[in-house]
Amino acid sequence: MNRKKLQKLTDTLTKNCKHFNKFEVNCLIRLYYNLVGDITERQGTVNGLDRNAFRNILHVTFGMTDDMIMDRVFRGFDKDNDGNVSVSEWVYGLSLFLRGTLEEKMKYCFEVFDLNGDGFISKEEMFHMLKNSLLKQPSEEDPDEGIKDLVEITLKKMDNDHDGKLSFSDYEQAVREETLLLEAFGPCLPDPKK
Amino acid sequence: MGVALGRLVQWTAPGHGTRVLEKTPLNEAILKEIIMFAESFIYKHPQEAKYVFVEPLEWKTDLNPSAFESGYVVSATTVKSEESDENGQPLLFLSVPQIKVRSFGQLSCFLLIAKDTKLKEAQACIEGNRNPVAKILGLDYNTMKEESSILNILDKITKDNDTESEIKMKIAILLKQLDVNLLNHSLKCISLEIPLHPAAVKNDIELLKRFSGKGEQTVLESIKYTSDYEYPNGCRAPPWRQILGEICYVLVKPHDVETLCITCSEEGVFLNGGKTDDEEINYERKGVIYKDLVTCLKEKSAKFSENMSKQKTRFNEELQKEKNKPNETPKKEAPGALRKAIPGSDKTMLEKNQINFGKSNMIKRLEPSLNWKTTIDSKEYNVFRHRVSIHEERHGGRVEKSAPSVSAGKAQLIRKSGEKVEEIVSESSSESEEDEEPPDHRQEANADLPSEYWQIQKLVKYLKGGNQTATVIALCSMKDFNLAQETCQLAIRDVGGLEVLINLLDTDEVKCKIGSLKILKEISHNPQIRRNIVDLGGLPIMVNILDSPHKSLKCLAAETIANVAKFRRARWAVRHHGGITKLVALLDCAQNSAEPAQSSLYDARDVEVARCGALALWSCSKSYANKEAIRKAGGIPLLARLLKTSHENMLIPVVGTLQECASEENYRAAIKAERIIENLVKNLNSENEQLQEHCAMAIYQCAEDEETRDLVRMHGGLKPLATLLNNTDNKERLAAVTGAIWKCSISKENVTKFREYKAIETLVGLLTDQPEEVLVNVVGALGECCQEYENRVIVRKCGGIQPLVNLLVGINQALLVNVTKAVGACAVEPENMMIIDRLDGVRLLWSLLKNPHPDVKASAAWALCPCIQNAKDAGEMVRSFVGGLELVVNLLKSDNKEVLASVCAAITNIAKDQENLAVITDHGVVPLLSKLANTNNDKLRRHLAEAISCCCMWGRNRVAFGENKAVAPLVRYLKSNDANVHRATAQALYQLSEDADNCITMHENGAVKLLLHMVGSPDQDLQEAAAGCISNIRRLALATEKARYT
Repeated sequence: MNRKKLQKLTDTLTKNCKHFNKFEVNCLIRLYYNLVGDITERQGTVNGLDRNAFRNILHVTFGMTDDMIMDRVFRGFDKDNDGNVSVSEWVYGLSLFLRGTLEEKMKYCFEVFDLNGDGFISKEEMFHMLKNSLLKQPSEEDPDEGIKDLVEITLKKMDNDHDGKLSFSDYEQAVREETLLLEAFGPCLPDPKK
Repeated sequence: MGVALGRLVQWTAPGHGTRVLEKTPLNEAILKEIIMFAESFIYKHPQEAKYVFVEPLEWKTDLNPSAFESGYVVSATTVKSEESDENGQPLLFLSVPQIKVRSFGQLSCFLLIAKDTKLKEAQACIEGNRNPVAKILGLDYNTMKEESSILNILDKITKDNDTESEIKMKIAILLKQLDVNLLNHSLKCISLEIPLHPAAVKNDIELLKRFSGKGEQTVLESIKYTSDYEYPNGCRAPPWRQILGEICYVLVKPHDVETLCITCSEEGVFLNGGKTDDEEINYERKGVIYKDLVTCLKEKSAKFSENMSKQKTRFNEELQKEKNKPNETPKKEAPGALRKAIPGSDKTMLEKNQINFGKSNMIKRLEPSLNWKTTIDSKEYNVFRHRVSIHEERHGGRVEKSAPSVSAGKAQLIRKSGEKVEEIVSESSSESEEDEEPPDHRQEANADLPSEYWQIQKLVKYLKGGNQTATVIALCSMKDFNLAQETCQLAIRDVGGLEVLINLLDTDEVKCKIGSLKILKEISHNPQIRRNIVDLGGLPIMVNILDSPHKSLKCLAAETIANVAKFRRARWAVRHHGGITKLVALLDCAQNSAEPAQSSLYDARDVEVARCGALALWSCSKSYANKEAIRKAGGIPLLARLLKTSHENMLIPVVGTLQECASEENYRAAIKAERIIENLVKNLNSENEQLQEHCAMAIYQCAEDEETRDLVRMHGGLKPLATLLNNTDNKERLAAVTGAIWKCSISKENVTKFREYKAIETLVGLLTDQPEEVLVNVVGALGECCQEYENRVIVRKCGGIQPLVNLLVGINQALLVNVTKAVGACAVEPENMMIIDRLDGVRLLWSLLKNPHPDVKASAAWALCPCIQNAKDAGEMVRSFVGGLELVVNLLKSDNKEVLASVCAAITNIAKDQENLAVITDHGVVPLLSKLANTNNDKLRRHLAEAISCCCMWGRNRVAFGENKAVAPLVRYLKSNDANVHRATAQALYQLSEDADNCITMHENGAVKLLLHMVGSPDQDLQEAAAGCISNIRRLALATEKARYT
């Protein structure tokens, strides 16, 4: 890519990006094309970062391990649902991912956790997301009992309108009370320890 | 001998021909013992040496016949001793290489001849004669069962009363003695050799633990493991050290030396490099290896070995009782002569033996390899059983006499010992809050548990078995419980939640740490939980978190530390792990005023970080050593800077810390230097009562210093203080405010200000219905204020004298000191004195001279002076106190300088009345005063000199002072730097110089020159007295001269 085109792209993206300055955007664009370049070399033509490449980045750079959550994060980035993260999706996504305000992050996380996209996190979705969160104890009769209980605990904690599922407002209220619940159903943001 | 040889000596494995002795140090030692026995036999027991063995001892010798000299018939291959038995058989017969010996006498000679090779010969002898006792004494002696041997022998003696069997008997006893000796000896060798075993070490430590604790009687102050975790093999050392044979590490605090960090390893016990700062042990060996812990400690601590021996006697006494019982019957039957022979050495040997056992608990180790004679065995077993019984007593709750802490549980013991360490390292300065350990009441297992208990138990289960997502959910849910409620706090602990929460702090998961700390912060309000957190090693981890880049984590950790560090051991732990420096560093956070926007969700504001830091320091600053650590870490300038902020919740911990620390001289200087007073004064005007209280308290602490008092005035601090006096609801604040006023009123300018603000009136109003803490300060303040005339009048007009006099009957020592001072100050005014006299205040003051505390005595005596001066008819009043004068005179025997000075002052006033002077003279005031004369204390000198000068006015007291050698020391007072001393002394000398002998003494001690100097003083009284004295001396000289020439 020539310098002029890069410059132009940087300018456009910086204009709409809240949390990065021009220099950072520039770097991210370069990084993006480096990453895409690697894939192009391997697979021929490609119009962006595909699911696997992106998951790889999430895993290697941000230490994420949960497949399902990583898929959901990919969907969060891939706004147009074309199966690829474009350069603008990359920059905007990272802007929120790394520097987002609490509001932005809540919105993003809720979308990640709302697996079917119906605007609610249902018990089933919670169960699905939490099912690997407990050490299986062979002594227990029903191995899922602990998970179910955990779902109930979460619901009790977060479901303010008591309708048995989490709406965004339930979620928002709970997180504002206790920030730790932002990633209640699995790590979908960079780990703060880094 | 038989037993020793049969059981102890180590033989080579059977199978190839004759068995020979192994070459081991033990065998060698045994042989040497035997040689010594045999060699000296001929000298020690000449009669028995002649006894002819039943069978000769035979063995192959390497000794050349030529080695034998006189007393032997020597040929090329044979040697015969000249000494022979009744049948003419030689007692020693050598036919190379076979040798036969038939008496101890010959055996002794032979060994002497063998010289260097005697060890070899002895070995050959033992090898050749597997049962020497049987050969020496005959089979019947050998086959006797050991217990019954004495009885059997007695039987024999009574049956055939011939000399031979008596000698045989004696030899049998001697051999038995040797046997016991050998056993003892080899035991020592064995104990040196056998590697220490974890169980044995554990037993040793447990035993010592039982005998350690507070008090003089215990052997140690404390002993504890460095690690609570015990591996299945009984070791506590980490695995990589276990490879090196190390078993465990113990921290031992003896009474008389510093805490020792000791390594117990299989090889033995030795000192290691001690604990390093980061809780690690420096494993390196320092010093020699001891065979066991007791030996090591005996070497290191004299007190230990002393107390240990005491314990041991007690220990042995009990043993003796048990032991004596079965032995008594046979002894009674024994004839007198034998009784003497048998018990002595034998028994003491055994006892010594037992002591060895008691120390190292070797029974267990030895049992498999050796079958002891039943007698010994049962006794050893008693030692063991005794130990077990001590063990059990602990559970039974019976308290050992000399080990007061025995009945307490182990946990408490460990805790106590921990506290001990703390006690040494830092004596807490403010002990006000809970420093004693509350009883640890766990929930009863079968009690009705609240539903929260089960819910919390479930959550803890998820904490244990969940990944970070589940953990965070469980933590958040746990936080929703009412953590201020004790049921929940204890439930978390009882289901093992504390361990998990603390473990979480050690992970990398920021969210888990935050969640965990949020819970710990709440539940650590509970004193028991605090202790549990410290016991579980939570503090070092939290201290480490203070370094975290996440501010909210720092905050939470600091806040939790603030809660936990409410008792000594915790404060010690914080300091010990470098927490103070880190906390002080937190204070530094607030300096960059331009705060960046919250970059992360887990970031708190800088101010908040500093606040939490100050909060933690506040808790920590209650230990003396921590104050010092805060200062060294540069905390004072940072606190000074934070004091300039205006956030109340920040100011309270900051001022609180300063107030705690201001008890130290260093701090007061630093507080002055950092201009902290200004801000303290400013915050007195705050709305917050707590803040006002702490500020007033800090001023109270600091105002000991005159400059500080001036600073308080200059910054306008006196007015708010006076205003705060009017609000009496908050007693704590009132105590702090009155305290500040008291200390400030030491400066006269401040007193004037207080009068302006009508504080005196208010103070008088506070003399009734206030708690003692307030009263002490109020009375103290009045005492200072009443140094001025105007205030004395105000106090009287406000009716302050009556309540003051009423307070004279109290028992609070600090209060009494202040009350007496205040009453004394008031008594300077004759009008006040009338009231005091009417209220019988003088009698009350006088009776305080009997108070056990010297401060009260002195203060009362000082107060009496103005009373006597200003009372109407003072002489009569003083005489009316029955035994009063005698009491005062006897106080001159005190050894407290302040008491002495005050009593001298009182005597000065008493002696102004002639009749009273006569009475105190009769009570022997003169010799008592004279005895005090040799002092360097200027205050005492002054009042003593005044007292002497007043006491000269009666009878032959002048002469008596001279006789009691009071004059010469008085002359030396003139060399003092204190003008008051000069005046008083000159007056005393003037009075004394009325007596000729005294004049001579003065002249001899060079008084004239010194007095001449004083004549030039601007002080008229001094001039006059000095001149008078000189003139008396001169007149005497003239008179002498005149007498000589006429």
